[in-house]
Amino acid sequence: MTHAETKRQLWYVQRISAMVLACCVVAHLAIMIYAVRGGLSGAEILARTQGSWLFGAFYAVFVLGCAAHVPIGVTNIAEEWFGVRGFKSTLIAQLFTWGILILGLRAVWGVIAS
Amino acid sequence: MTKTLAVSVWRGKEEGGFVSYEVPRRDNQTVLDVITHIQRNVDHTLAYRFACRVGMCGSCAMTVNGKARWTCRTHVSQVAENGKLELAPLANLPIVKDLVTDMRDFFDKWARGLGQFKGSRTRKDEFEKVRPDSKARMAADAGIECIGCGVCYASCDVVSWRPDYLGPAALNRAWTLVNDQRDTQLVERMKAVAGDAGCHSCHTQGSCTERCPKQLAPTAGIAGLKRQLMTTPAGGK
Amino acid sequence: MKRTNDSRARNHAAYWAFLMHRVSGLALALFLPVHFWALGQAIKGTAALDGFLQFADQPLFKFAEWGLVVLLSLHMMCGVRLLLIEFRPWTGLRKNWITGAVGFSLATGMAFGLALIR
Repeated sequence: MTHAETKRQLWYVQRISAMVLACCVVAHLAIMIYAVRGGLSGAEILARTQGSWLFGAFYAVFVLGCAAHVPIGVTNIAEEWFGVRGFKSTLIAQLFTWGILILGLRAVWGVIAS
Repeated sequence: MTKTLAVSVWRGKEEGGFVSYEVPRRDNQTVLDVITHIQRNVDHTLAYRFACRVGMCGSCAMTVNGKARWTCRTHVSQVAENGKLELAPLANLPIVKDLVTDMRDFFDKWARGLGQFKGSRTRKDEFEKVRPDSKARMAADAGIECIGCGVCYASCDVVSWRPDYLGPAALNRAWTLVNDQRDTQLVERMKAVAGDAGCHSCHTQGSCTERCPKQLAPTAGIAGLKRQLMTTPAGGK
Repeated sequence: MKRTNDSRARNHAAYWAFLMHRVSGLALALFLPVHFWALGQAIKGTAALDGFLQFADQPLFKFAEWGLVVLLSLHMMCGVRLLLIEFRPWTGLRKNWITGAVGFSLATGMAFGLALIR
C-alpha cells in the first residue's frame, strides 16, 4: 500500500470515528454531570454500571472509537510540532492505539463485569 | 495623519535584518508605492518584484506587518499601524534577496498536483458544451480566478510543518480541474493530491481562505478533494 | 531556512479554532490512559476504586477534572465544525460554530461546576 493511500484511509478513520465519538461525548457529558452530583463514590458508580450491558456496550464502543481516533491526531502533532518522523511516529501511534485499547477495555470490564 | 512613514524593510537573504527608512506619506499610497519610493530615491540596491501594479499578475506579494498581502492593491491606510510598516519577503519560500523570494517550489507543486489541463478534443472537433449552471462548473468557477501570487502558500502553517505539502494554491487548481468535465486526467490527479503531500494534511486552519486577495476559498476546494477521495483509492496496492 | 509565520499571520478565528481543537485533543489524549487506569482499579474491588476517588477528592484534582470536561466539549464542538466543513457544501469557514463551540463548552463547564458544588 502506498503512503498516500495509508494517509487517505487514516483520514477517513479519523472522521468516521469522530462522528461516533461526537455522539458518545454528548452522552458521556450528560452522564458525568448527573453522576458527580453529591460527590463521587465507588459504590455509587459501580451500582449503576455493574451487570449493565447497555453501559458496557456504550463504553466499549467509546473506547474503540478513542483507540481509532486518538493515535491519528497524536501522530499529526508529533510530526508537525515535534518533528518526529518515520519509525518513531509509527511507534507513538501503536503505543496510543494499544494503550487506550487495553487500558480502556480493562476499565470497562472493571466497572461492568468485576 | 503623520507626514512620514517609518518603514522597516528586510534586507539580505536568509541571513539579514530589518533596515529602517523614512518615506513621505501620500494620499492613496499603496505599499508597493512605498517600496518603489525607497528603491528609486533612497537605496537603488533594494530588490523587489512587481509587474502589472493592478492586481492581475500576482508578482508583488510580500509580508506586510506580519501578514502576506498583494502590495499593489494594499493601501497604506489599511495596514499602517501608528505610521509604521514592516515589509518582509513571503514566508515558506527561499529568499533570493531582500523582498524577492524564489517561487520555484510553489509553481513546481502546481505541476506535481497535475495543474495542467489536458483535453481530448482537437481544433477540428466541435466545442464541448459545458453548462455554466452545472454543479461542477460552478465549483470550478469558484476557484478559477487564482493569480498565483503565493499569499495562501506563504500563510499556510502546514506548508511550514510538512515541506512536501502541495499547499492551498496547487490543491485549489487541482480542484478546478477535477470539476472540468473536459479534462482527461482525473484518475492520475486524484492520486497526486492524496496523502501527506496532498489534501489529507490540511487542518482547515483557514489562513489561505482568510488571506487570499481574490477572496477565493482554497479550503473549500481541499474539502472537496477530500470528499472526492472518500470513494477513490489513492492508487497502489 | 525560510521565514515562517508569526502570531500576526495566525491571528484569525479559524486558526484559533484549530489551536483550541489541537491543544484540547492533546490534553485529552494524555489524560485518557490515566482515566482508564483509575477506572480499572474497580477490577480490584470497590475499595480500590474508592481509594483513588478519595485521593482525587481535592481542589486541584477537581479543578483539573472540570477543565477536562470543558476541553472535551470544546474538542467535540470544534470537531463537529470540521466535519460540517469537510462533508457539507461550502458555506465559508463556519465561524459561527467557533463561537458556538466556546459557548457550548462554557455552558457545559458551568453545568458540571454546579453539579460538583452541590
